[in-house]
Formats: sequence, structure tokens, C-alpha cells
Amino acid sequence: MPLSKDEVRHVAMLARLGVEPGDEAYYAEQLSGILEHIDRLQELDTEDIPPTAQVVEVASRLREDEPRPSLGQKEALANAPAAVNGFFRVPSIQEEA
Amino acid sequence: MTGDDLTRLTVKDALSLLRLGSVSAADLVTAHVQRIERLDPHVKAFLRFTPELWERQAAEADRLIRQGESRPLLGIPIAVKDVLCVTGVETTAGSQILKGFKPPYTATAVQRLFEAGALMLGVTNCDEFAMGSSTENSSYFPTRNPWDLTRVPGGSSGGSAAAVAAGEAMLALGTDTGGSIRQPAALCGVVGMKPTYGRVSRYGLIAFASSLDQIGPFARCVDDAAITLSLMSGLDPLDATSADRAPMEVLNNFNAGVRGMRLGVPREYYDVKGIEPGVKTAIDAALATFRMQGAEIIDVSLPHTDYGLAAYYIIAPAECSSNLARFDGVKYGLSEVDAPNITDQYLETRRKGFGGEVRRRVMLGTYALSTGYYDAYYLKAQKVRTLIKRDFDAAFKNCDAIVSATSPTVAFPLGAKTKEPLSMYLCDVLTLGGNLAGLPGISVPCGTSGDLPVGLQVLAPQWGENVALRVARAYEEASGVTAQVAGVV
Repeated sequence: MPLSKDEVRHVAMLARLGVEPGDEAYYAEQLSGILEHIDRLQELDTEDIPPTAQVVEVASRLREDEPRPSLGQKEALANAPAAVNGFFRVPSIQEEA
Repeated sequence: MTGDDLTRLTVKDALSLLRLGSVSAADLVTAHVQRIERLDPHVKAFLRFTPELWERQAAEADRLIRQGESRPLLGIPIAVKDVLCVTGVETTAGSQILKGFKPPYTATAVQRLFEAGALMLGVTNCDEFAMGSSTENSSYFPTRNPWDLTRVPGGSSGGSAAAVAAGEAMLALGTDTGGSIRQPAALCGVVGMKPTYGRVSRYGLIAFASSLDQIGPFARCVDDAAITLSLMSGLDPLDATSADRAPMEVLNNFNAGVRGMRLGVPREYYDVKGIEPGVKTAIDAALATFRMQGAEIIDVSLPHTDYGLAAYYIIAPAECSSNLARFDGVKYGLSEVDAPNITDQYLETRRKGFGGEVRRRVMLGTYALSTGYYDAYYLKAQKVRTLIKRDFDAAFKNCDAIVSATSPTVAFPLGAKTKEPLSMYLCDVLTLGGNLAGLPGISVPCGTSGDLPVGLQVLAPQWGENVALRVARAYEEASGVTAQVAGVV
């Protein structure tokens, strides 16, 4: 199924991926080529086939909900591009009313 | 023994020299650093070096050796792919978006090798976020194949494969999501092994596709790969998908040969589209060797092989689009901190930080998971994954292990496959089935085609690492190809 430039713009926005203006056509063409190959999956009848959830047999492991050693605030913030008062700083999320 | 001789040793031989006191860990490090200084400007396997680590670790190793202590990798210099976190060592997944990131913890797999006495030389180059088959998607520079500097080393763990092939490290760690250990091992003429899914903890591995990723070793012989993998294996409470099993033991029958074993050759792999005649000739010779050693070679079929690549290119991008959402410019790495609002910060950080292949896969995965397409793509792909796993289950009813080429081609020239994504994806057509089915697989050097290395892949049932190792070991012994080091320049 070919992907349109509008769909590329939509998907890029969903992924919060800035795309250079003019690049939509390039990605539309490349992704369409890959999807064309992927479309062969539709040839297979998978009506009664369960999807793979885990490839090896695993059981969920539970543990007691007890505090364990973890990173301190200083270490957790050590790589922060911007930190203030022990928090990660981000630009405003809502406009002021 | 000259410095260069010390860079050609297997781990076993290096350990006996260390124990005898004829060389020190510091000598081994010096020999490797000198070789790196001479060759790596051409090969470009390393992104960064870690002198502060190797100095401390070599001094500690030499102290322990003097005290008569023995550890399985005491004094052995290793290289680590740029996706495995090591405390305080810049780790970037080959990407600009993580530039400057210094992890506050060490990956369990690496930690276990440190505890076994290994010394870290540095961080190796890879395709950005391990997405690629040539290491050309690294945002820093491409690595070159030590056997022919105009060709790629394979990928995504190309730096690790090239470092071991060039004698720049005795062992290296890589990760394999669709073939990223086995394919570069094949193209660089070294041994590379991907374990069963869950065998090695992924804690501290920068995730690409979590249901497929596994960490494994590169080495110059099967013995070295086996010991390294066994040391990394075993339950880790810090990774919920690490299997609740005792660490892998390298079994005594490791050297037992292949007499009486049944080795399956899937016709879909043997005659895979695009396989080079020289590769096929090398595999035929390997099959003849196995027959001479008393193995039975039987035809098996993996009927859904043709759909593997399609399923993989839904599942892996879907998982990566989710995993890579964390790179938002808030917690670490590149950031457009002064953007006017949070959405612009995300958009700009990710526009500047991600390269072309990562963008393609994030968009593909987001599309496959988006409203209206989930059933047609993601769910469908996971059902096809079940069919592929069943193919392997059925094949293993008739054989002990599956043998094939690792890569349909030998190392290709730089730039040969960068224009057309699908042509690059096809590099992994013989390896990604093992990831979809969670199987252990190893690639061992198997002669040459046009003076370039060919790799033989051995796949075994889940948890059958020792079966794969035994077959690989038997081939290595019969072929006499072991511990080869590329001449480079």
C-alpha cells in the first residue's frame, strides 16, 4: 500500500519526529517500497494462528514491594540537558491563560 | 614474543602466558593499544577509548595474578559495542541524540565480564541504534573491513567484529536483533554468537527491539566465544525477560565432534535469492566436511522463509518506535531546551538527533501500530512469527541443528547498498529467522570467496547453545581455520 505525503506528515507527527520540509516525498517513496514488500504477509491465511506474545516460555516473576537501592537525585539528573531545583526542566506544556 | 604476536592469541593461550608470568595484563594492553594506534586509523573500529578503565583493570589483574588468583578472563582485553552502558563511559548507540551521555550504571553482561577479570579497551562503532547491516548508519563514521578496507565489516556490530578480526581486541561484545552479531562475524572472518532469547540479561543495553535483542560475543575461536557467552549468561533480576535458568555451562561433549549428528540444510536457505556462487561453494565444502566427520546431512524445509523479512520489518520497527520514544531531549542527550514549547522541543530534538535509517524505522513502526493499521500489520506479523517459529520446531524434529550460510554475500563495497533500504535489509535474510524464533546461532569462518571471508551459520533449538557450539567446534577443528587475524594494510 503506497504511503502519501500527507500520511508521512501524520506519522511523523505521531512519532514527534520533525521532518525537513520537502522530505515527505522522499520518505513516502522509501516507506512505500518497504510496505510493498511487507504486503506479501497478506498472502498467508493466519485466521487460526495465535500471535506470538513471548518467543520463549516465561513466567512473570514477582518480588516483594520493598525499597531497594536506586539512583540518587544527583545521579539521575547528571545527564539532564536542563535541570532546575532538582527537577528536569522542560519548556511550557500549556499556554498561560 | 613481539607485541603483535600478543594480539593474535586466543584467550586460552593468553591466560596460560599470564599464569606463567611470561606476560602481564599491562603487556597485553600495551600490545593491543599499539596495534590500535597503527591500524585503527584505517579500520575505524573504535569510537572511544577507555584508558582510565584499562589502566585500573590491568593493574588489578596483575595484582590478582601475582597473588595466584585465577579468573576465567583475568587480564583479557575486550571491546564493547556502543549500545552497552558502562558507568561513566560515554555511550551513544552510534547516534547524535545520545552524544555526551554517560550512564550511571553498567550493563549486567559487561559487569559479569569485568568480574571475570576482563579489561575494557574501548567502545566500538555500530549502526545507529543497531539498525543496519554495514555500520554505515553510524552517525560518526563508517568502519571498514580489515580484510579489504574498501568494503564494509557488516553490521550492526561492525566495529566489534572488525576489532577482533584486526587483532585490536581479543574479544568483543555485540548485539544481535536480526543478525547484527552473526553477519558481521561472517563478513570479518571471526566467530560470533547470538544466544537463545533470555539467556543473557539485557539490563543496560540501549533497546532497539526488545523481543529480539540479545547480547553475544565475538572471538577468534569457538572456545573463546563459548566461555565468554557462558560468563554473561544466567538470571538477572534487573531484566524481567532474562530466563530463570542457571548460567550456561559449556558441556564436556563440546569437543565430541559431529559423528552421528543430523544436520539440517533448509532448502530455502541453501538456495536463497541472491546467494553468491562463491558462498555456496564454501558451504558445499563445509557440508562435505561434516559428512566426512560422520554427520548425516538432511534436507529440511522452513516454508515461511519468504515471509520472514516482511514480518521482521513490522515487528522490529514497531518495537523501536516505542523504545525510541524515550529520546525526547528531557532526560539526557541532545536537546533543544530553548524551544518555545514542549512539542517543538520533541520535534526539533528528534529531527536533529536521529539519522535517516532510524527515522525510516520509527515512522514505519509508528504507522504499523497506528489506528486502522494495527491488525493488518502488527498483529499479522506476530501471527506470521508464530508460523516461522513452528517451521523451526518442525525442522528440529528431524535434525539436531540447522546449517547454512550466515550471509548470502561476502563483504560488499562501502556505499553499495545505502541507496536502497530493501537491498540492505536482505543481508539478514538468513539470520533474522533465528531472532524471530528466539534461537541460539553461531557464525564461524568457513573459507573464502574471492579472498573475502565466508561465514557458516549453525542454528540450534532454544537453549541448545551447546549443540550449536559442538557443531561449530567440530567444523573449526576439521577446517583448521582458527584465530585468524586480518593483515589489514
